[in-house]
Amino acid sequence: MSGVVSFLTRRRGGRFWHWTDIVSWLWLIGGLVVMFGPAIWLVGSSFKTPAQLAEFPPTILPYVSQQATVEGHDKPLTLYRVKLPDGSTKVLAELRRIGTVAQMVDPKAPNDIVKVNIASREPVREIGFATENYTEPFVHFDFLRYLRNSVFVTAMATLITLLTNSMAAFALSKYRFRGRDLTMLLIVGTLMVPLSVILVPLYSVVSAVGLLDSLWGVILPTVATPTGVFLLRQYMLTIPDELLDAARMDNASEWQIYWRIVLPLAAPALAVLAIFSVVWRWNDFLWPLVVLSRKELYTLQVGLNTYAGQLNVQWHYILAMTVVTMIPVVLVFVFLQRYITSGIAGTGLK
Amino acid sequence: MTAAATLKTWTGAALAAPVVWLASIVNVPLKSWQRATGTGGMAAFFLAPNMAIFGIFVLVPLVINFFYSATSGTAYFLQDRTYVGLEQYQRLLDCGSYLDTATCREDLFWKAVHNTGLFVVVQVAMMTIVSIATALILNREIVGRSFWRAVFFFPVLLSPVVTGLIWRWILQRQGLLNLIVHDMGGEPYNWLTDRFWAFTAAVSVSVWAHMGFYTLILLAGLQAIPRDLYEAAEMDGTKPARVFWRITLPLLMPNLLVVIVLALIRAVQIFDEVYVLTGGGPGTSTLYLTQYIYEIGFASLLRNPGLASAASILMGLVLVVLTLLQLQVGRRGERKGARE
Amino acid sequence: MGRITLTDIDRAYGKIKILHNINLDVGDGEMLVLVGPSGCGKSTLLRLIAGLDRPTGGRIEIDGADVTEVSAARRGLAMVFQSYALYPHMSVRQNLAFGLENIRMAKAEIDARIAEAARMLDIAPYLDRRPGQLSGGQKQRVAIGRAVVRNPTAFLLDEPLSNLDAELRISTRAELAALHKRLATTMIYVTHDQVEAMTLADRIVVMRSGRIEQVGRPLDLYNAPANLFVAGFIGAPRMNLLPVKVRSASGTQVHVEGPGGLSATIAADGTALRPGDEATLGIRPHDIELSDDSKGSVEARVTLAEALGPETVVHAIIAGDNKLVAVLKRQDVQTQGQPINLTLPTERMHLFDCAGLRVASR
Repeated sequence: MSGVVSFLTRRRGGRFWHWTDIVSWLWLIGGLVVMFGPAIWLVGSSFKTPAQLAEFPPTILPYVSQQATVEGHDKPLTLYRVKLPDGSTKVLAELRRIGTVAQMVDPKAPNDIVKVNIASREPVREIGFATENYTEPFVHFDFLRYLRNSVFVTAMATLITLLTNSMAAFALSKYRFRGRDLTMLLIVGTLMVPLSVILVPLYSVVSAVGLLDSLWGVILPTVATPTGVFLLRQYMLTIPDELLDAARMDNASEWQIYWRIVLPLAAPALAVLAIFSVVWRWNDFLWPLVVLSRKELYTLQVGLNTYAGQLNVQWHYILAMTVVTMIPVVLVFVFLQRYITSGIAGTGLK
Repeated sequence: MTAAATLKTWTGAALAAPVVWLASIVNVPLKSWQRATGTGGMAAFFLAPNMAIFGIFVLVPLVINFFYSATSGTAYFLQDRTYVGLEQYQRLLDCGSYLDTATCREDLFWKAVHNTGLFVVVQVAMMTIVSIATALILNREIVGRSFWRAVFFFPVLLSPVVTGLIWRWILQRQGLLNLIVHDMGGEPYNWLTDRFWAFTAAVSVSVWAHMGFYTLILLAGLQAIPRDLYEAAEMDGTKPARVFWRITLPLLMPNLLVVIVLALIRAVQIFDEVYVLTGGGPGTSTLYLTQYIYEIGFASLLRNPGLASAASILMGLVLVVLTLLQLQVGRRGERKGARE
Repeated sequence: MGRITLTDIDRAYGKIKILHNINLDVGDGEMLVLVGPSGCGKSTLLRLIAGLDRPTGGRIEIDGADVTEVSAARRGLAMVFQSYALYPHMSVRQNLAFGLENIRMAKAEIDARIAEAARMLDIAPYLDRRPGQLSGGQKQRVAIGRAVVRNPTAFLLDEPLSNLDAELRISTRAELAALHKRLATTMIYVTHDQVEAMTLADRIVVMRSGRIEQVGRPLDLYNAPANLFVAGFIGAPRMNLLPVKVRSASGTQVHVEGPGGLSATIAADGTALRPGDEATLGIRPHDIELSDDSKGSVEARVTLAEALGPETVVHAIIAGDNKLVAVLKRQDVQTQGQPINLTLPTERMHLFDCAGLRVASR
């Protein structure tokens, strides 16, 4: 709370709340709700049972119906709070339901069957998590295999992207040569070319070089990202040429200049690109879908889609798998976000 | 040094060692290459890997695309297709009035063009304003800036599929939005079956998903503006609004241009999240160009890769113009920073 | 050895010529200072010598070997940059070691050289810091240290003091001079500051618009500037330049007359001059003296007198619009608006012809 107060008084100097302080905080708090709300709602929903997911109005928290084992019945029975005709309420277990009438039984007196209209009862529930939403996809689907494929694609594509893009950006920012502007034009020009524009011809090229139905067919077409080259080049332009000249005087070869001087200094930009590359490749959907037809090569996104595309959409599984798909990316982000903040600070040359 | 830190250092060194070793090995042949070809040859070397991949998987398909657009049939390999010249283009451009999609032979294409145009304008405008506002607020001396920055950046990570699914889940009949409407005494509504609300949802969801990225770029630009400029303005008694228009905005311009151009590119490409969210519906109200191209090229029963190619090339032409414009603006900014 | 010879060096960027036919011979162990206003091509020339840039014409030799097409790394030179260009991601020690590692020097030798340079330059306490944590002066020392450890054939220094504050600049200047004496290595030093040039140089090269105006020892340049540009550039305050008319001229004497009753007979080779020619007379402010009477002196009106203590800088006007600055070794000088009589000693006068070239003294 003292942090809030010091914020409010720091920027504008006075002890009064400047209107911009109030707007700022409203914006930030609103942002917090709007940005995280949907994801939290997703996580909450992913723990709900199929029956609960179909309810309206939906509950904020996941509940599970209480069940009880009743003598004479093998399976546990669902408990309901029933309003009896005499006005009293009682907790009964449901045996079976026919139309609007349910046959129910008192768990303490298992032989007395009571017929109850379903309008006069409601299930006994407590907060609980339908964890089977998470555990079952591992059994029913090749979830682990998809995960491994996704990790492989993401890691390889990111490494190759960082290396090739930074090399190209280095050449385009620190050398004068004929055709440089043309190359830059090509690269910036293709910034504007969405994958789906060249989807059809790309498909035939990839199949011509024999990469159809291979993870490398997913990786290679994505690594020469114009965005990465563009981003890194803009950053490298800010590295003073004098530093490179100094290295040349220090007997450094051009490769050493790239590797020992420019690359470390471009670390903040590389980190940004690494984050985006990881996220892009992890999240890639359309291209893997087109290239991969063998199920064991599917990435997570494609696997998720296959699941969501089934005739009978099982939301409880989809929501849970969606949450799992989110987790690694969030972890990577949290790790690299810290790295970026420290990386941008403290460069000696101004 | 603690045991953990020692371990970290050692792991780092162990991981780095092979890479460093590899880099120094690479240096040996490269030095002779440099001696033989000069720095010009080194430029070629540095460009080669990227440009080879780029050439095979971007440029070649781009060129082949033109041949596709001049052929007909449903086969994917060029040799299996029949040459038809400009027929596909004629088909696309055959229109009574370009403003009335019903008069067009390929009315879906023109529907998609109109929808995309509107989407791009509204979405980029909204994106720019929201990102600037957020970046300005994050640039203030707020407590926990990195936390707040992370908050707005968070959705950028989500895959379009996930984003689409999340919002479909929220906007559906039993969704969160209807819960809020219900709690406020309103009637639940099928948001995604309404043309206006579906469009609004498409724009809002895509802004929601990507604004963090642009905010990050703008924030970096804002933090690069020297503090003493603001202090000088404060000494002059400049009003905050004037500081924004005369100092912040002009100095932020390079970053802002990057943001607008990138936002344009993304907006024109819009596909995945809207496709998952609305499927292009209701009707064709959120059918955008990429989806049209994708469906005609791959998905639809009336598959016609040639027509898809022709449509994509028409879209590409518009993008080329935008690119040239951007390059012109960018070069002007760059010349300012050129050395003596 | 560190002899550097430039022959007919040209450098053009497209159609724009930056350097015109530069010929220069730098002797071993010499401190040569390239001086001139910004844009005169002095930095370009230094980069050509360094090998960071290639001339469009001409030849560069180091110790007799043609290095025109040799890369920067293999010329055996070291450079100190204006911005210092320290690698910001490396510690001071790594900055110093980088160039030595690149030539695969033994670790022990590297350490020894760094220790020696650190001792010499007083940078030992910050060897493990990053450049970002150093002050301007410390960075400057590290930049010099990086050049020193290389043990180069010659040092190239590109305005190394321009990022320092005035006080530090003076002390560092002295240290640089001492360093040069100790190392006795050739140094080529670029600056736009003529004081640095005068204090440091064995020889000065004055450049303008890509051409060498004059080469010579500092006092030679001061005492006998080859043309008006050098005359105006070397020495502070600037030399006074007055328009005069040649009245008579011979092989040993030139008589001129100028504004404010100025009349002087200068011992100079006037064979190329004709009576009635326009000429320029130069006199340094420090050479002007106060006169008690009007005989043989110039009448001037004081516009400003700046009393500095040991001397007084007098700004005056002669005959309407000819400005004159005099530095007088006294404190009792007429104040603003007062007339004053000034003596311009003829033996300290410099005469330039209508093309601006010096008329040789006799």
